[in-house]
Amino acid sequence: MKRVPKSVFVIITVLIFCLAYFSIFGLKITTENKPPQEVASEQTSAETADSSQTQNQESSDSNLVTSTINGVPITYEAGQEDNININIASGATVIDNNDVAYADQNTTSSESTYTTTTYVKGIPDIRWGIDIKGGVEATFAPSEGIDATPAQMESVKSIIELRMVENNITDYELYVDENNDKVIVRFPWKEDETVFNPEESIEELAATAMLTFRPGASYESVITTDDGDYQMKTPTGDTAATVLLNGEDIKSATATISQDETTKKNVYQVSLEFTDEGAVKFEEATASLVGQQMSIWMDDIMISAPTVNEAISGGQAVITGDFTSTEASKLASKINAGALPFSLDVTNYGTISPTLGARALEAMGIAALIALALIWIFMIAKYRIPGLVASIALLGQVAITVACVSGFFPFMQSFTMTLPGIAGIILSIGMGADANIIMDERIKEEFRAGKTLDSAINAGSKNSFTAVFDGNITVIIVAIILMLVFGPSNILSALFGPSTTGTVYSFGYTLLIGVIANFIMGIAASRYMLKSISGFKCLRNKSLYGGAK
Amino acid sequence: MKNQKFNIDFIKNKKIYFAISLGIIAIGLIFNIIFGTQLSIKFTGGAIVKYSYQGDIDQNSLESVIQTATTKDTVSIQISSDIISNSDGQHNNNVSVQFPGNQAIDTETQTALNQALKDNFPDNNFALTESNSVDPTNGKTFFMKCLFAVFLAAVLMVIYVAFRFRKIGGWSAGVMAVVALLHDVAIIYFTFVILRMPIDDNFIAVSLMILGYSLNDTVVIYDRIRENRKLMGTKYTTTEIVNKSLNQTFVRTINTSITTAAAIGTVLVVALLFNLSSVVSFALPMLVGVVVGCYSSVCVASPLWVMWQNKKESNLKAQQEAQQAQKAAKKAKNKKKKNSK
Repeated sequence: MKRVPKSVFVIITVLIFCLAYFSIFGLKITTENKPPQEVASEQTSAETADSSQTQNQESSDSNLVTSTINGVPITYEAGQEDNININIASGATVIDNNDVAYADQNTTSSESTYTTTTYVKGIPDIRWGIDIKGGVEATFAPSEGIDATPAQMESVKSIIELRMVENNITDYELYVDENNDKVIVRFPWKEDETVFNPEESIEELAATAMLTFRPGASYESVITTDDGDYQMKTPTGDTAATVLLNGEDIKSATATISQDETTKKNVYQVSLEFTDEGAVKFEEATASLVGQQMSIWMDDIMISAPTVNEAISGGQAVITGDFTSTEASKLASKINAGALPFSLDVTNYGTISPTLGARALEAMGIAALIALALIWIFMIAKYRIPGLVASIALLGQVAITVACVSGFFPFMQSFTMTLPGIAGIILSIGMGADANIIMDERIKEEFRAGKTLDSAINAGSKNSFTAVFDGNITVIIVAIILMLVFGPSNILSALFGPSTTGTVYSFGYTLLIGVIANFIMGIAASRYMLKSISGFKCLRNKSLYGGAK
Repeated sequence: MKNQKFNIDFIKNKKIYFAISLGIIAIGLIFNIIFGTQLSIKFTGGAIVKYSYQGDIDQNSLESVIQTATTKDTVSIQISSDIISNSDGQHNNNVSVQFPGNQAIDTETQTALNQALKDNFPDNNFALTESNSVDPTNGKTFFMKCLFAVFLAAVLMVIYVAFRFRKIGGWSAGVMAVVALLHDVAIIYFTFVILRMPIDDNFIAVSLMILGYSLNDTVVIYDRIRENRKLMGTKYTTTEIVNKSLNQTFVRTINTSITTAAAIGTVLVVALLFNLSSVVSFALPMLVGVVVGCYSSVCVASPLWVMWQNKKESNLKAQQEAQQAQKAAKKAKNKKKKNSK
């Protein structure tokens, strides 16, 4: 027979323990930042360079121009929207590898700050579902059964997204069911939240959007969204004092394409149409702001700040800039949200308090540790060496599953973990233990049939393979079906609309990765480890593998 | 050749097993008829709000405060207390308020209720722990989807098992595996009914888990039957082969169930200690499901499959005998003809 080198056991074991360590604890390095004053001054010198770069690279320039002179849009020189750069007035900057945090100068002026950079994500980084961590789930629908168009639902979605950002909630889930005119949103409580008022949060989200056009573009603070974009928050000064137009003055906003006169390239833009009253207001406003910026706000967030190039009459205007088609339609959606002809009703909601959630998390952690220990004790007591191998393989399987959920692997997105998700992991651990038990029992049988150590291990692992394989494949089928049926957008979307619940999907996901991890660990790795460990001279006693002496 | 620890005649005892299964299902049905099924508000629509508080409050006064604050038809309340006390050594009590009918409540009603409880019992630290309010149409869609998923999974299962076990009569094996699964889901359902737990998405999650678990058990046994059929050839009857396979895999079946049950049992005990009703309501039926899933693979799916195969074989035999008899008759006729010539 072919011997597996002894080193294989050692290497696999070390790899599994490393993987387990990092997937559980993660890797974080905390570094001290320079005092903020220095950072601020450095930032100032860098500022000029930055802004010129911004002009060249970033697609942030936007422009407000008249349209429809003989149907040909006339584009005026682009003005610059001053957003990407850090607002010096509002304070010092702390930069880490993927986040830019804005701190107020008052609070950070004398102390140095610390930044924790997460290199590897561990269990503390897992995004827990609202059934574990606590949070809010709500379903919104247009009031009085109004049949909304898909575009209008898109606007509803964009406004809720914007409000999430405004409240600094980044890990929300948001689904739009266009068939049934529903928007489902789910978000956990923030770490530092002290006031627990779910009803208020839900009402805030459903409130009618306040769209305003204001002169200038001065703002109080900048916040970072989940995907690294920047949002300007809270108007100040003159911008705060005056409202030029509001949502009622706008008839519609649409993303359109036109051809650039000189380059002949297609350009994406947002066309605005005003009501009669709005057209008059807009003409007045643009006349007084020629050459200056005008900003468009949704609630407390600035969504666009184009420069006015001339007074615009006729009730139609175009916002141009280096938009991609998505950016253009997003902006149009947001503006439309301010002009929605209906208000939102809360049809469903559910809340779980953070304390209940925290207790659930603690309990599940304790349960997981005890359960794993029990299985280890049972396996080692019952199967000795093969049991030890099984325990190591199980640890590896859990580590892979946790890693896939926490976003340990850069190519996999982190996943929201819910109670059914934990059920999926339990089932996959059961399958992992089973894969080893089947093999170990088989080895015992081969011993009874009178085989030697090596040939028993060989025959046992070979003969048990089909049973384990078929069992795991059938479970994978179940898992995939669940993911297809209950996914955010799924094969049954046509029948039932996008998913109303992510809990079953979560079960399917953890089960799928758990069983795949079982193929790697419980089926492949444990076979190699067993064949390898049996090469150690001191471990060549049949009775250590379940055979007679 | 004795290479197995157990020698139980599972097939002979099948009547006992079937009687046990049918008995449990009958008891479940009786309970179901007496108490009815409680569908969770997640499926039917409706509203439940839960609060935690400290100290003792008279149930009647609590009920009247809640009633006046919500001004709906009669609400029902349920009070429970935690087993483990919290950090300041005080016992937490919980009250669950269920609103009648299956309509969702609006956020204003809940805010009013929060306020009323705080105003009337300022010393009891009332805090909202959970609230759920579901519109009936949403619930129905979700329920239909769950049923559809189970159905789709079952169909694919039969196809896969039929394909992989085509050598031992795959279709019958697939169908019997699914019968065992239905048996498991039925018993989990009755567990929910008997324990008076509402059928909710936990039920779906548990059913799906047991579907996977029981199926794995059944497949492992089928695999052994397939192997033994190849090794032992046609000398032995189906009953003998299945019995041998069941006994050979028996230790494994038990040990796997012990490990899985230990894991789930730990979750259940911890959840009970922490009074996490949402976790208890999935861990408990799951524990039942693990036992039932293992039982059904050994004592339901396999004997049923043997019955099917035996029937098929005896049909086949009868057919063959009939054919042979016909042939013999023909031969005899020919002989007669020859002789007469």
